[in-house]
Amino acid sequence: MEIPYIVEERPDTGFNNATLGIWLFLSSEVMLFGALFSSYILLRAGAAHWPSGASILNIPLATLNTFILVFSSIAMVFAWAGTKQGNLPQFKKWMAVCLLCGLGFLVIKTFEYKMKFAHHMFPSTSTFLALYFTMTGLHALHIIGGLIVNSYLWGPGSKMFQEDQRHFSHRVEIAGIYWHFVDLLWIIFLFPVLYLL
Amino acid sequence: MSHEYHDLPFWRKYIFSTDHKMIGLQYGITAWIFLLLGFCMVLLMRWQLAYPGQPLPLIGGWFGEDRMPGGIMLPEFYNQLGAMHGTIMVFMGIVPLAVGAFGNYIVPLQIGAPDMAFPKLNMTSYLCYLAGGVVMLASFFLPGGAASSGWTSYPPLAVIAPIGQTAWIIGMVFLISSSLLGALNFIVTIFQLRAPGMTWMRLPFFVWAQLVTAFLLLLAFPPLEAGAVMQLMDRVAHTSFFMPAGLIVSGQHVVNTGGGSVLLWQHLFWFLAHPEVYVLILPAMGIVTEIIANNIRKPIWGLKSMTYSIIAIGFLSFVVWAHHMYITNMGTAISAFFQTTTMIISIPSVIILTCLFISLWGGSIRFNTSMLFALAFLPMFGIGGLTGLPLGLATPDIHLHDTYYVIGHFHYVVAPGTIFALFAGIYYWFPKITGRKMNEVLGQLHFWPSLVCMNFIFFPMLIQGLAGVSRRLYDGGASYAHAQPVLYLNVVMSTAAFIMAAAQFFFIINLFWSMFKGKKVTSDNPWEATTLEWATPTPPGHGNFEHPVTVYRGPYEYSVPGAPKDFSPQCEP
Ligand code: HEM
Ligand SMILES: [Cu+2]
Repeated sequence: MEIPYIVEERPDTGFNNATLGIWLFLSSEVMLFGALFSSYILLRAGAAHWPSGASILNIPLATLNTFILVFSSIAMVFAWAGTKQGNLPQFKKWMAVCLLCGLGFLVIKTFEYKMKFAHHMFPSTSTFLALYFTMTGLHALHIIGGLIVNSYLWGPGSKMFQEDQRHFSHRVEIAGIYWHFVDLLWIIFLFPVLYLL
Repeated sequence: MSHEYHDLPFWRKYIFSTDHKMIGLQYGITAWIFLLLGFCMVLLMRWQLAYPGQPLPLIGGWFGEDRMPGGIMLPEFYNQLGAMHGTIMVFMGIVPLAVGAFGNYIVPLQIGAPDMAFPKLNMTSYLCYLAGGVVMLASFFLPGGAASSGWTSYPPLAVIAPIGQTAWIIGMVFLISSSLLGALNFIVTIFQLRAPGMTWMRLPFFVWAQLVTAFLLLLAFPPLEAGAVMQLMDRVAHTSFFMPAGLIVSGQHVVNTGGGSVLLWQHLFWFLAHPEVYVLILPAMGIVTEIIANNIRKPIWGLKSMTYSIIAIGFLSFVVWAHHMYITNMGTAISAFFQTTTMIISIPSVIILTCLFISLWGGSIRFNTSMLFALAFLPMFGIGGLTGLPLGLATPDIHLHDTYYVIGHFHYVVAPGTIFALFAGIYYWFPKITGRKMNEVLGQLHFWPSLVCMNFIFFPMLIQGLAGVSRRLYDGGASYAHAQPVLYLNVVMSTAAFIMAAAQFFFIINLFWSMFKGKKVTSDNPWEATTLEWATPTPPGHGNFEHPVTVYRGPYEYSVPGAPKDFSPQCEP
């Protein structure tokens, strides 16, 4: 017997295996960052004074990074549409854009970190900076994970396009769901909480 | 498919296998070895508790001068053993056995699936588990030894502890990742790969238990992962997530700047660790239900309410965690909330236990070894559960917190509770895996001493705890005035522990003897059971079922009036 519902949906659950799997994975990610956010609230509520993010962090750079991620998510959608329509070049082109955006985000983030270190601001300097480095560091690890998956799909993984276009498109869709989540994490959680609040 | 599989090279078949049954066995073997190690560690501790400061005979010299000079255990080594015993037993022993081994092997079979939904992910979670386990054990050889701040790793102690604690955190991150991947795999498998006709209410109780367990692992572990990352930062980057300001240790200021919250760690830890105790017990309940249903030859009484109860436990277990923190300064309002939820969660647990007890009534019970272990589980888990009620109420917990009463309570749940269920499961499913039954005489020789010794080990702990003896005492209370009247119990408990260790040899002998020489089973369904795993060949090949199965009935239709046999398998129309 073969494992069923790898690509087609199971009628009574309305999911195929990997789609259900990725949503479950994201639910555990929500718990991970939810715990960090709760810690943020608890530590901030107990702190004698709390710096405003704007006074320490570089908002223009972070805004630029936000736009980069929004754009990378859009690129991901175009790449996925390419696989759906049987257009491999379109997939390759937009996935490359998406990868470059992700890399760009990391470069800017590294630059931000460097500037902090240059000003003698380390994780141990204050609880705010500890949270900043831990949360953005974990997020960056998630970006790196996404980049690895996406570059596999862009490179060797794309051979599958010829053999089984539907399956490949499905894989890109799963990777896309994850990528959108990681982008959203920055856009609606880390950026506002750390930089703006 | 199965043909190709047989031609795989050794390392693909046995080490990097993607077959759920092989992975289940890998989990099983690895976890029993860890469990045995954790048990050996506690035997060393029990010597020290019974005979504090006396050299350990015979093997005392094996542990080196920095651990046991002259065979006498150093307090630091006692603390390492204690912390690692807890960690190993919980995260590397019981959970991998109950979920990784039994879940992996049995769940796909019971739902009529060819494998787990994501076989490669399954392999990855085993390898993560193995890596985590190796890191944990290797940490004993680091300078300063293994982690020594208890399995709870409370800061600030854990943050200023030697490097072994860093290894503990890294090991935990591996173990957590392994559990997360596994949990995700189980949920998808149970949702997606049920055979036609296997509706939710036809799922065996064991599968329900695994499903709820998987949700607990999936949603409760990430907060501990967050906590582990923060503790790692506190240790290596000198942040102060958990560190108070102005901490002075041995006359020296700690480098961390302060401003953190010690309570935060406790919240993050127990947000995982309370659901974790249900991870330790729910699969055991599942195993026991399968075996009881099979050996009473009649339907389980109240199966539906048991199913709803286990779902209720799943939800409620996320809102009881702070009952471990009554004596911290978190406040009476919060205590009141958590003691209410704790009392509520005891109701579904009692329902499950009661249903199993009532099911026995009027059955023509077959007393084989697996049934004996399953039957013993009921009162043992009962004691464990009932002794937990006073701990769940804020007022008595002020007296009982951090005493041996707590140790007695939860060991009743996990040792003669869960471990007995795991033994029961091995005796029960052994014929499916090997095609041979285990020996009944050796089985009884294993069961009876284990049952007696378990009670002689853990009941005195309740008595000592009520008398006020603290846990984690290096000398077992010898230097404490109020411990004197109950001090003699230490020798009783240790002796029982050594005898119980000896009794386990019957099990080990039985396991190996039966594997090669045990009585061969003559059918694929030697226990005349109803669930789907017995409809597979023995042992099941790659892909499990020879023909696609369809399910026609509920899981435990025994002695159905008018049926040709006293059992009606799920897959027979
Ligand atoms: C049957 C054999 C076992 C014996 C004789 C035994 C004995 C003990 C003893 C004496 C302690 C207290 C040490 C101290 O406070 O100084 C302890 C702690 C503990 N045991 Fe066991 N145990 C056994 C099995 C288990 C199992 C199966 C589990 C599985 C979950 C387990 C989990 C723990 C935990 C979590 C602690 C607390 C460690 C800490 O203080 O951080 N034990 N055990
Ligand atoms: Cu609890």
